[in-house]
Amino acid sequence: MNVVLRGEAFDPWQELQTFQQGKPELAGKFGATSIFIGTMRDFNEGKDVQGMTLEHYPAMTQKHLEGISSEAKQRWDILDTLIIHRYGDIQPSDPIVLLAVWSAHRNESFPACRYLIEELKNRAPFWKQEQTEKGSHWVEHNTPG
Amino acid sequence: MSIRVKFFASLRETIGKAEHNLDAQNINTARDVWQTATDNHEQLPNMLVAINMEYAKLNDNVKDGDEVAFFPPVTGG
Repeated sequence: MNVVLRGEAFDPWQELQTFQQGKPELAGKFGATSIFIGTMRDFNEGKDVQGMTLEHYPAMTQKHLEGISSEAKQRWDILDTLIIHRYGDIQPSDPIVLLAVWSAHRNESFPACRYLIEELKNRAPFWKQEQTEKGSHWVEHNTPG
Repeated sequence: MSIRVKFFASLRETIGKAEHNLDAQNINTARDVWQTATDNHEQLPNMLVAINMEYAKLNDNVKDGDEVAFFPPVTGG
């Protein structure tokens, strides 16, 4: 169960490799790894988006991401989870969030990964402010999926 | 009673401050905190409340030393 809030750009593929290499106890135990990577688009609801700032409530964010990770571990037979989420200034094509779930079988990792992203979007206190050529505005709601 | 109050995102901009240390009597609920910390600013549509970093309701009680946060719907991920 690992939660990281990042103020700088990150490479999700590198993060996955580093995380897995740092967990020798997982080797041989997992047969399935499900991942979700959320990446910033250059469009949203019909507007061209040039950049974005992600504000967050640091301690509450950490607490709730650790909470949903624990919930996933209680609901499914999974071995480990990793959540990395950006905050601060973000450019189109930058990864915003990485979620990964390791388990023996895919029947556990897929629904657990889906649970993590949906609960994160519903509960983790982040707020997006988009920049367009007309100025900046707060995003009022998430897209349905 | 001492309460640390936080405002985030669009709500922070509307209220005009990110934090407010409230030191007042006759504060019982999160609604009392809002009214006192914002000088009776009208409640904003879809506003969310957290007490000590757990989601709460405006009618929920607060106690000395609590941290109460007000913010708009979340949009992470």
